[in-house]
Amino acid sequence: MSKIDFTAMGSNPEPRTPNPESRVVNPASRFQEIHPALDAHAAAIEANRCLFCYDAPCTAACPTHIDVPRFIKKIATDNLRGSALTILNSNVLGLSCARVCPVDVLCEGACVMVRENYKPIEIGRLQRFAMDRFYEKPDSAWSTPSPITHTERVGCVGGGPASLACAAELRRRGYAVTVIDNRPLPGGLNTYGVAEYKLRPQDSLREVDMIRSLGVEFRQALVGDTISLESVEKEFSLVFLGMGLGTMQRLGIPGESLHGVIDALRLIERYKTAPDFQVRGRVVVIGGGNTAIDAANAARRLGAAEVHLFYRRTEREMPAFRSEFDRSKVEGVRFHWLAQPMEIIGFEGNAAAVRFVETRLGAPDHNGRCAITPVPGSQYQFACDMVIPAIGQERLTSLLENTRGITVKNGLVVVDRPTGRTTNPRYFAGGDCVNGGREVVDAVADGKRAALAMAAQLEKSSG
Amino acid sequence: MADLTTNFAGIRCPNPFWLASGPPTNTGDQVMRAFDAGWGGAVWKTIGDPIVNTTSRYSSVDWNNQRMMGLNNIELISDRSIEVNLREIGEVKKRYPKHAVIASLMVESKRETWQDIVKRAEDAGADGLELNFGCPHGMSERGMGAAVGQVPDYTCMITEWVKEAARTPVLVKLTPNITDIRTVARAAKRGGADGLSAINTINSITGIDLDTLTPRPNVGGLSSHGGYCGPAVKPIALHMVQQIASDPEVGIPISGIGGITGWREAAEFFLLGCGTVQVCTAAMHYGYRIVEDMIDGLSHWMDEKGFANLASFRGLSIPRVTEWKHLDLNHHIVARIHAEKCIGCDLCYIACWDGAHQCIHREGYAKPEAAVAATRASIAVTPIAKLDSHAGPDGITPPERIPHVDEDECVGCNLCWLVCPVPGSITMEKVETGKPFESWEQRAART
Ligand SMILES: Cc1cc2nc3c(=O)[nH]c(=O)nc-3n(C[C@H](O)[C@H](O)[C@H](O)COP(=O)(O)OP(=O)(O)OC[C@H]3O[C@@H](n4cnc5c(N)ncnc54)[C@H](O)[C@@H]3O)c2cc1C
Ligand SMILES: Cc1cc2nc3c(=O)[nH]c(=O)nc-3n(C[C@H](O)[C@H](O)[C@H](O)COP(=O)(O)O)c2cc1C
Ligand code: SF4
Repeated sequence: MSKIDFTAMGSNPEPRTPNPESRVVNPASRFQEIHPALDAHAAAIEANRCLFCYDAPCTAACPTHIDVPRFIKKIATDNLRGSALTILNSNVLGLSCARVCPVDVLCEGACVMVRENYKPIEIGRLQRFAMDRFYEKPDSAWSTPSPITHTERVGCVGGGPASLACAAELRRRGYAVTVIDNRPLPGGLNTYGVAEYKLRPQDSLREVDMIRSLGVEFRQALVGDTISLESVEKEFSLVFLGMGLGTMQRLGIPGESLHGVIDALRLIERYKTAPDFQVRGRVVVIGGGNTAIDAANAARRLGAAEVHLFYRRTEREMPAFRSEFDRSKVEGVRFHWLAQPMEIIGFEGNAAAVRFVETRLGAPDHNGRCAITPVPGSQYQFACDMVIPAIGQERLTSLLENTRGITVKNGLVVVDRPTGRTTNPRYFAGGDCVNGGREVVDAVADGKRAALAMAAQLEKSSG
Repeated sequence: MADLTTNFAGIRCPNPFWLASGPPTNTGDQVMRAFDAGWGGAVWKTIGDPIVNTTSRYSSVDWNNQRMMGLNNIELISDRSIEVNLREIGEVKKRYPKHAVIASLMVESKRETWQDIVKRAEDAGADGLELNFGCPHGMSERGMGAAVGQVPDYTCMITEWVKEAARTPVLVKLTPNITDIRTVARAAKRGGADGLSAINTINSITGIDLDTLTPRPNVGGLSSHGGYCGPAVKPIALHMVQQIASDPEVGIPISGIGGITGWREAAEFFLLGCGTVQVCTAAMHYGYRIVEDMIDGLSHWMDEKGFANLASFRGLSIPRVTEWKHLDLNHHIVARIHAEKCIGCDLCYIACWDGAHQCIHREGYAKPEAAVAATRASIAVTPIAKLDSHAGPDGITPPERIPHVDEDECVGCNLCWLVCPVPGSITMEKVETGKPFESWEQRAART
């Protein structure tokens, strides 16, 4: 319990609940899924609702262009193997995408049903149904290595969705591929970052295992540290860069190293790898993106008595998806707008409160972003037991530093969009390190596009 | 309030909704519950020498989340003794004197046997008789049912035997399993029938279990063809009713049967000349209670249209069915797509290209495949507020997905309008050709 009491008067003066105990959380139910699986009958009914649009908008909206009506009709005809293969041929991470995609701004958001005031087809859940059935008994073409038919070898730096998609595509085309990731388990943020009520680590690893069984090799190493980029370049004809983004940005205010301050990514990684991890008392989350929301929801589900999310702009400017925001309200997260942290105040080495200043929004600039200015004399303290900064990931470029002829701009690798080729033709890149941090499905699309371009380039040079 | 009271070939009842001969009219208890629910009449489950049925007996065709779009059965006539059936008819009539009870009959093709059962049914109190010359399975192998109904001479002969003995109206139930149903309808008329019931079930195999490779229904590893009924058969039944209703040689009342599930289908049968309608599958699917909306819906429709009683609209659609050669070749309509209602599913687009006349287009694409290729080649990303100025989907149909019709090329076939899921998004509009009416017959005579 913290020792400093709620002293004043922010934009959301809210009396502190006396003695905030942790709620009792049953570990089995703490990460109950938000979108439970459909059973076969429900899936068939939902599949039959699909109109089977031509040149379907859902397919266009999906970054990997899964032929959505086709896989759905195959569920309706009980051709589940055909359905799964339709998905996998476009998106090798169809299983995780079905669970983690923000479908209401992607395929389901584009569903024509919406325009007729009907519920969109539940594409994500149908995709999950087809994928779950597939993984119960994978097709042999997707569980045994295909023959290596080319001499060139390809290396993928980073083992997240972008690299996995690139590696699977090239391996299936007969190239030897090695994925190099610094972590003990591959999968990138799919394994370590995405909220557990969407995707459990073991589901991410099921996909990694499938890609491994295709013949992709995995190696644990930190490129640029345990092995150099030069040696990678020597070993492989072409290199795909899928390093993602870096660690969480620091707030840059006093008190950040106090005990009880844990950034969102570390918190999520911690609970995903430790089944008995618990959170107690009153938690402050700082940030307004999806990661902040994920961390806030997680803190609730892990037992926090109260979770308060502070954002320096307002609900309207919040970068989190509407659906994520809505869900966190259901989870019981409370929101405080126009609040910028100034200092984390400690007591006996532990975080005990955050000092905020109220902000005011200026006129929007040419990008539509409003500048914010602190309101003089509006500072207040908010007592808490834990602080979770969640203001975005660092951009990761120390590895490249413009040395190998790979252009990096604003901390992102510059590529030719349709091919993923960098300014060094032996390097391709995709995923968060290129797009600045979008979604898993975007990383998969980038990885696959790059793989196709890499295969074309290799064929041209060898043929 | 519309008057639904009915006099059908001399059989009186409170309304024209009858239960067809089948499982819903198997026993006296059932028929009385049906009358309580509102049915105007019941044709008793066919009476004859009791048979033995198989298990299972039914199979169905489901379609697009709907059960029993079509039902198939290999059930025979009543498995209860003639005595029990007739005693129960008597009880029902005693308690429900105003409702119509029709005894459906099927016996060996012998004069005495037929005349005997006719007398017994009438003595029991039946208001009328229905001769089951329609049952397409099982009984026909024993020379009864469709075996009679498929041969005009047999139909005429047995009808004559029955008429020699009968004091109540005699209806002949026709089988659709014949090339031209009019030949049997005329034969029944020649034999003296007072009315016709059409149609009985259609020969069918509903489907095959792809695991056991045995068609359904599965009777210990084997199956047999059955009789098809339910919503799927309505168009066939309507056509057959229209054929006999407009045949000048027939000219006797018709009780319409086949796929009726509500008042709308019933109204269609009346408009093609039927005096009553009979229902089996829908009552098996949902129970007797469905008659409530049949009565209610039909009454409201009649009030709205100003039809005081059934006679005032019976047969009104018959003159509107003609031979193809009399249709106007100069009548021209074209499809029009209303952009403000279009949801952009583009089903009309591909239907016209693949199934019609290639006259619906999407701006910028020479062929549908080009549109698909452009989609596949496009780069789509998840809209992220902090990275993008453009928002995600907004519920508005993108203009580039709204197709348009080349009206000069449109042949007015209706296909796009049929596939469009949005009411009013495509309309078929009349185009003035400036040419006078000309049928094919007239054109052929002219040229
Ligand atoms: C908290 C959080 C929640 C999210 N939730 C969702 C969600 O619900 N739905 C969704 O679609 N997306 C979500 N995302 C985004 C999604 O996880 C990413 O867009 C996606 O994982 C990007 O894939 P990637 O392959 O580009 O990078 P990553 O997944 O980040 O993978 C990069 C990998 O490369 C490794 N690596 C980095 N540098 C090196 C090096 N030098 N040598 C070797 N290995 C290296 C990293 O350790 C990591 O394993 C979330 C992100 C976060 C942070
Ligand atoms: C299970 C079953 C049993 C039937 N038994 C008889 C019968 O004994 N006698 C008869 O004339 N018709 C029988 N029929 C046919 C029905 O009376 C009716 O003609 C046919 O089902 C079409 O109407 P519907 O589409 O409303 O079901 C039977 C139909 C079914 C489904
Ligand atoms: S991958 Fe994601 S966006 Fe694409 S169809 Fe599946 S659920 Fe929708």
